[in-house]
Amino acid sequence: MTDATAAPRPESTLRAIWVQFRSHKGALFGLIVLTVLVLAVVIGPLLWQPEKLSVAKAIMLKNKGPSLRFPLGTDQLGRDMLARMMQAGKVSLAVGFVAMFIAMTFGTFIGVVAGYFRWLDWVLMRLTDMFLALPLIPLLLVMVMLFRDRIAGFIGPELGAFTLIVLAIGVTSWMQAARIVRGEVLALKEREYVLAARSIGATPRRIILRHILPNVVSSVMVAATLGIAEAIITESVLSFLGLGFPPDFPTWGRLLYDGLSYMEIYPIRVIWPGLAISLTVLSVNYIGDGLRDALDPRIRGR
Amino acid sequence: MLTYTLRRLLLAIPTLFLISLVLFFLVDFAPGSPLSDIPLTVPPEVRQKILEAMGYNEPPQVRYLLWLKQFFWVEPLNGFDALFGSHYAEGMQRIISYQTRGPVFQLIGERIPQTLKVIGTAYLVGVLIAVPIGIYSAYRQYSWFDQLGTMLAMIGFSVPTFFSGTLLIIVFSVYLGWFPTKYDTTLQVTDWASFLKQVRQMTLPVMTLGLANAAAISRYMRSSMLENMGQDYVRTARAKGMSERTVVLKHVLRNSMIPVVTVIALGIPSIFGGAIITENLFGVNGIGSALIGAIHGNDLPMVQTLAFIFAILIVLFNLIADVLYSLLDPRIRYD
Repeated sequence: MTDATAAPRPESTLRAIWVQFRSHKGALFGLIVLTVLVLAVVIGPLLWQPEKLSVAKAIMLKNKGPSLRFPLGTDQLGRDMLARMMQAGKVSLAVGFVAMFIAMTFGTFIGVVAGYFRWLDWVLMRLTDMFLALPLIPLLLVMVMLFRDRIAGFIGPELGAFTLIVLAIGVTSWMQAARIVRGEVLALKEREYVLAARSIGATPRRIILRHILPNVVSSVMVAATLGIAEAIITESVLSFLGLGFPPDFPTWGRLLYDGLSYMEIYPIRVIWPGLAISLTVLSVNYIGDGLRDALDPRIRGR
Repeated sequence: MLTYTLRRLLLAIPTLFLISLVLFFLVDFAPGSPLSDIPLTVPPEVRQKILEAMGYNEPPQVRYLLWLKQFFWVEPLNGFDALFGSHYAEGMQRIISYQTRGPVFQLIGERIPQTLKVIGTAYLVGVLIAVPIGIYSAYRQYSWFDQLGTMLAMIGFSVPTFFSGTLLIIVFSVYLGWFPTKYDTTLQVTDWASFLKQVRQMTLPVMTLGLANAAAISRYMRSSMLENMGQDYVRTARAKGMSERTVVLKHVLRNSMIPVVTVIALGIPSIFGGAIITENLFGVNGIGSALIGAIHGNDLPMVQTLAFIFAILIVLFNLIADVLYSLLDPRIRYD
C-alpha cells in the first residue's frame, strides 16, 4: 500500500507514513481485515475444494445448515456455500479494484488536463458537472440492460458481464478524482519548481509526468481507496436489483439477491454475503481514513 | 445574489439539455419496441400503421424533439388542465408508457406520493437523529459517546442499505414479528387502528434509509461544530458569562448549521437513488420501483422520463444548496 507513493526520500518518508498509518487503530484494523479477505478469496479456493457431487446427490443435500462437510451450509441446489462465497468474493473484489483503477486513471487524466491547460478547463469541468448530475443508478441499470446481451455475444456471458459492469462503474465514478486532481494541479503549477522547469524549456508533457503527477499521487490514493468501496457497493446494488452478474458466476451482491427469496427460512444465507460486503467496505473506508491522515504532512508531523 | 442565482439557472439549462440528449439516445438504443407484446398474428401492414400512429417510424432526432416537447410543454399543460379544469392540452399526444398504455405522468403522479411519504419521513428522521448526535459528539470530543458515534457512523456509511434493510427485516419481522415485511400501498388511513398500522409498516423502510442518512449528516454536524467551538466569538460569549447552553445551542449551533443545511439539501436527490433499493426491498409502490419495473419490462418512454426527472432533481437541489449557502452565510458573496 505504501510503496506506491513516489516521495523524494523514500526511506524516511515511507517510514513516517507507515508510523502515522499504524497509529490509526481503525486503519490498522481495516488493513488486517482486508488482507485476510483478499487472502481468503485468492488462496481459499486452492485449500478448500468441495467434493464433486452428481446433480441427484447435490439436490438431496440442498438447504443444509453448517456442518464439517459444508462449513457454511449448502444453497437451494445443494452447492457448497463456502466455495461459492470465495468464488463470489474474488469477482466482487476484482470488480472493486478494476473499476477503481479505470475511474482513477480517467479522473486523474481529466483533472490534470483541466488543471494544466487553461483553455480546456471550462469545457472539462462542465463535463464533470454534467456527469455529477447524471442519475447514476438508473443510468447504470439502463446500460447493463442495453449492452449485456450484445457484449455476451462477443466474449461470453461471464467475461461480458464483468467487462460491462467494470466499465460502466468506471466511466460513471471518475468525477470526484478529477475535481480533486484539478484543484491540486491548479495550485501546483504556480509553484516555483514548476516555473523553474518551464523556464529551462521542459515540455508540458515532461512537467506533468515528472513534477505534477508524483505530487498528486497521495490525494489520488485516498480517493482510490474510497473508490473501491463505492465500486463494490455499486456492483452489489446492480446484482441486488437482478441486473448484475449471472447466477452461475456470482458476486457477493448476487448471492445476497439469491438468498433473499429464502430469507424467512434460511436467513443465514443472506447474512454471509451481506457481512462480507459490509466488512470489505468498512475496512476499505477505514484504510482511506488512515491514509488521508498518514499522507498529509501537516498531520503526520505532529 | 440575484444575478448569481440567475446565472446558475441559465447554466443549468445546457447541462439538462445535454443530460436529456444522453439519456434519450442511450435508452432509445435499447432493444424495445411499443409492439413487443402485440401478438405475432397481427399482419405487418397493421403493425406499420400502429407505429405510424405512435410516431415511431420517425427518425430518432425527430422523436427526441417530440419527447422534449411532450415533456416540457404537453405534460405541464395537462397538469394545468387537471388543476383548473381547462382544455388547453386536448388532442395533444402525451408520453405513453409501453407497459400500461397510459400516460407516463399519470403513473408517476400515482407513485410519487408513496415515495415522498416514505422517503420524506426517512430523511426527516435521519436529520432529527443526526443533529443532536453531532452536537453532543462535538461538545464532548473524544468522549466515549463521541468514539461510539464515530464508529457507528463509519458502520452506517459502510453497510449498504440493501443489507441493513434485510437485517432489519430478518430481526424485526421474521424473528420478532413486530413489523410487517412488506409495505401495503393500498392501506387507507381512516381511523386510529389504520394509522397505527401505517406507522408500523413504515417503520422498517424509514429506519433503513434514516439511519444511513443520519450516519453521514451527524459527521458533518460534528466537524462543523468542532470548527466553530474554537472560534474567538465563543470565548467572548463565555467570557460575558453566558450559560453553556446559550453558547452552544445559540451561538455555535447557528453558525455550524450553515454548511450542514447545504449538505442536507445536497443529499436529497441522492436519497431518491437510495430509495430505488429500499422501495424494491420493502415493496413500496413508489417511483423507484416504477423505474425498476420499467427497466425490466423494456418500457423505454417510462425509463427516459423517470431518469430525466431524477436528473432534474439533482441539478435543482445542487442549485438550491449553492444559493442557500450564500444566503445563510453573509461572508460569501458570489457577485
